[in-house]
Amino acid sequence: MKTFLKAATLALTLGASSLAMAEPVKIGLITTLSGGGAGLGVDTRDGFMLAIKQSGNKDITVVTEDDAQKPELAVQIADKMIQSDKVDILTGIVWSNLLMAVVPGAVAQGKIYVSTNAAPAALAGEKCDPLYFNAAYQNDNLHEAMGEYASKVYKKTFIMAPNYPAGKDSLTGFKRYYKGELASEVYTKVGQTDYAAEIAQIRASGADAAFVFLPGGMGIAFMKQYAQSGVKIPVIGPGFSFSQDVLPAIGDAALGAKASGQWAKDLDNAANKKFVPAFQAEYGRLPSIYAVQAYDAAQLILSAASKASVKDVKAFTAELNKADIQSPRGKFKFNTNRHPIQDIYLTEVVKENGTLTNKIVETIFTDHGDAYAKDCKK
Amino acid sequence: MTLALVIEQVLNGVQLGVMLFLMAAGLTLIFGVMGLINLAHGSLYMVGAFACASVAALTGSFWLGLVASLAAAAAAGALIEITVIRRLYQRDHLDQVLATFALILIFSEGTRWLFGSFPLYLDIPPLLQGAVGLPGGAQYPLYRLAIILAGALVAFGLYALISRTRLGMRIRAGESDREMIAALGVDIRTLYTLVFALGAALAGLAGAMVGALQSVQVGMGEPVLILAFVVIVIGGIGSIKGALIGALLVGSVDTLGRFLLPQLLALVVPPDQAGLIGGALASMLIYILMAIILAVKPRGLFPAQA
Repeated sequence: MKTFLKAATLALTLGASSLAMAEPVKIGLITTLSGGGAGLGVDTRDGFMLAIKQSGNKDITVVTEDDAQKPELAVQIADKMIQSDKVDILTGIVWSNLLMAVVPGAVAQGKIYVSTNAAPAALAGEKCDPLYFNAAYQNDNLHEAMGEYASKVYKKTFIMAPNYPAGKDSLTGFKRYYKGELASEVYTKVGQTDYAAEIAQIRASGADAAFVFLPGGMGIAFMKQYAQSGVKIPVIGPGFSFSQDVLPAIGDAALGAKASGQWAKDLDNAANKKFVPAFQAEYGRLPSIYAVQAYDAAQLILSAASKASVKDVKAFTAELNKADIQSPRGKFKFNTNRHPIQDIYLTEVVKENGTLTNKIVETIFTDHGDAYAKDCKK
Repeated sequence: MTLALVIEQVLNGVQLGVMLFLMAAGLTLIFGVMGLINLAHGSLYMVGAFACASVAALTGSFWLGLVASLAAAAAAGALIEITVIRRLYQRDHLDQVLATFALILIFSEGTRWLFGSFPLYLDIPPLLQGAVGLPGGAQYPLYRLAIILAGALVAFGLYALISRTRLGMRIRAGESDREMIAALGVDIRTLYTLVFALGAALAGLAGAMVGALQSVQVGMGEPVLILAFVVIVIGGIGSIKGALIGALLVGSVDTLGRFLLPQLLALVVPPDQAGLIGGALASMLIYILMAIILAVKPRGLFPAQA
């Protein structure tokens, strides 16, 4: 289950000659590689490792372990990585409930955590931490964007999310920007696979749109069942509901669905034009948003490692905070709470050469931060 | 709340119940006849779904996939019965649980090794696409109606098999006294393998039919397995009739609970809170139901004879 990526001897033999600043950095990558959420974790790992590989940096060691989407397991792995593997930085957790279990303990022990996805509200505001960085977004962001979009287009919306921290953040974010009427607000079980009861409620609600946040396998099941139900109300959602990891399994049922994302594969910038083909060449599939976020997290760590020693946590985090990277998302910088400030786009699911993917329709938010940054005083 | 919505939700409950019945029937049959707790039953469900998805992708036909799912699950069932399960009949339940739990891990990792971590695509056959109108203005997906029908056919078939055929007679005999039936010259080993393969095939069928509705992925069997255990505990372990009634009960209570509880709560608390609390309560509802039934009838609704 472990992948050690190391060729440190080479760097040692080269000695002090070239990489004078370089200090070995050990990164613990905890992510979901088994179970229903494994697709997200695999993309996270692959995106992260792509950046490490491209850098050619031999001083970076990455230890990868599978959390099986279980909070208690994630905590055990983090403890083991900190105590026996002696990692300097932790990263990779996909799910907010797992992140909440790991991050407070890790930063209390002086370890840096760079999140590749999960971004619960609880760690973005008052309880933010100088050692906790988020390379993805704040959980509410993509949902806020859909709220903003829905306000312009729809009058009465049915909203639904799973009952866990990111699900609550999702609907809170949507409601923060949505001005129309809510038909109903439904929380489903995490990992639920049958949505017949909820689809019947959508049908009966009289809404003119259904906003649905169901990441991974949950979204696949919902979209397939929705397509069969004969309900004609359009489904909108954050990018996760229609991201590249789930689109092939949903099939044509997803065509035309509108979603929000801080990245799409057709985004026009040099870094993205380099990233997408590189990912495809390496892994033989299109990258998802999770891969991009992890790629950027790795780039951030690489950039900081090239300028400061990871043993000097203060200097290292200061370098991280500068976000001196070329992100496939284009513009990227950190807010005062070390969560991104970035553009958020409206995307639509289309078919290109027989492959389902997302394309950008318009920009919803420019330089969007989050609602919790003002409460972060650390 | 309209009549159409109520009709749709009741059908949803029945459909979930029928699907659970397919899982629970095999589980309860295996427990009833062989006294074995088979945690790997969910893995056989997954095997059925993966077999259906890969054969459907290869040949383009869902129906061939369905046949493949029955064959693959039955074969996997027979294989593990002969290699592993056979050694467990004389052991106590803890050994059985440990060994079949190990089988879950082996099946999951084996499937991941073969098919990868990303969910597979399996679509509903063209014949059963779309929704049909029902009396009362309700619309209902044709495929879910087909699942209800298939489940009803299986229930009837099982009833006929067990009460009308020689094999069924032996199964019943094996349930009530396995030493005696062996002494009468029935090949009990083959009978056990057959029953196990039959149970596995039913799980595989359920997996394939549900796979087209949900996502075909590693680990898809375990949540269903837990529900199937609730069903057989409610229905009375070892009883097919109990499994049918229990499955319909669990399906209906779960579906209607998810739909009605938040609405009832919305009368007393703000709607967003009602959604949260109602959703959490609804997911507990079937376990509460199980606790109540066990308090009144500790051996389930239709206990098989001891």
